[in-house]
Amino acid sequence: MAQLLLEIVTPDKLVLSQDVEYVGAPGLLGEFGVMANHIPFLSALGIGSLMYKVGGKANYVFVSGGFAEVSGNKVTVLAEVAERPEDIDVERARKAQERAKQRLEREKEKVDFARAQAAMQRAFYRMKVRETAGSVASTAH
Amino acid sequence: MPALKDVKNKITAVKKTKQITKAMNMVASAKLRGAQARIERFRPYADKFYEMLGELAKGADPSVHPLLEAREEVKTVLLVVITSDRGLCGAFNHNIASAALKLAKTKAAEGKTVKVLCVGRKGRDVFRRTEFEIVAAYVNEMSSFDFSLASRIGSEVIGGYVGGAYDEVTMAFGKFVSLARQEATLLPVLPLSPAEAGEVAAEPAGPKAEYLYEPSVEGLLAELLPRFINVQIYRGLLDTSASEHAARMRSMDNATRNCDDLVSSLTLVYNKARQAAITKELMDIVGGSEALKG
Repeated sequence: MAQLLLEIVTPDKLVLSQDVEYVGAPGLLGEFGVMANHIPFLSALGIGSLMYKVGGKANYVFVSGGFAEVSGNKVTVLAEVAERPEDIDVERARKAQERAKQRLEREKEKVDFARAQAAMQRAFYRMKVRETAGSVASTAH
Repeated sequence: MPALKDVKNKITAVKKTKQITKAMNMVASAKLRGAQARIERFRPYADKFYEMLGELAKGADPSVHPLLEAREEVKTVLLVVITSDRGLCGAFNHNIASAALKLAKTKAAEGKTVKVLCVGRKGRDVFRRTEFEIVAAYVNEMSSFDFSLASRIGSEVIGGYVGGAYDEVTMAFGKFVSLARQEATLLPVLPLSPAEAGEVAAEPAGPKAEYLYEPSVEGLLAELLPRFINVQIYRGLLDTSASEHAARMRSMDNATRNCDDLVSSLTLVYNKARQAAITKELMDIVGGSEALKG
């Protein structure tokens, strides 16, 4: 199967650089998929989980605040935050979700609504990404 | 002639100081390596970011985004002053703070209100003693920060700018030129100048295939531009941190050398004093024996 190179870059490091078969990314306007020989494409990413397939197996990375550029069989993801499942702190995400939930209930009309919602989303997807890794790991054993 | 014991004590004290400055020098050089590595790791992100922005800015109208628009009447200026939290690094912090202060005074003389956002304790301490209002201070963050610090500062700056609280934003930081050179630099952050966007746009060489944009060029710019501010602030933070360690390394190196000089001149004094004491004693003895002979 034709491969394309996926690179995930954050300000702190190069998170991933790998040949993959398929990339599914959470675009701002909805999920999109990229396979080899895709036309050049530039999209803003929302908060969510980015999926890539290697050898038919799906892997997930949590991304937030990023962009994806597709050109010449290379996908470059620039994200302010990108975490692989093993780097995600579930406890922290759960606490963040609790906090965000409380804030959402209390301050429905305040300006902070959007921020709390974003925090909520981040926590949700972090846990989701982490869980996928957990289930993959347990089935592999 | 100073007392022998005093000189000896002084020599011991200077030697101990030397040990400390030497240790600080080594710590600073280790930290500098870390800071430089972080700058290196940031480069791929920054390069790609500029490339993307350049690609987009080429086709876009500069007036589409509020961050690109220069205000006709500038009433309030925000200074983002990035310094270190800790001293003992020569004139490093002083240079940044005084460059910022000079700008603040010029702007104030033009009748503009100047407000300051301080990162690092040393800068805050300077501006606390001036009449300029400190809108926020990030203290004790410089020793371990990541991109989230830049985005926190960035969102505060952008929020204030879009909300009309500030009409111009300038960042003062220590640019890391080389090991031996760190420059206090003033960088205009907002409004983003079209020239800057043009400069960025000139970078990618050769014609590129037509891109498919999602959501749209304007929509992407609206996402990219605020992040551009964060990228610039992060770069300022990284540079300042590397510069701080380089400056400390050098000043501690100087201090160590000064200790050596001091020890050798004190040893000279010590030896002279000792010699004088011996001569005096000899003369006493000789005088005594001469008296006995007589």
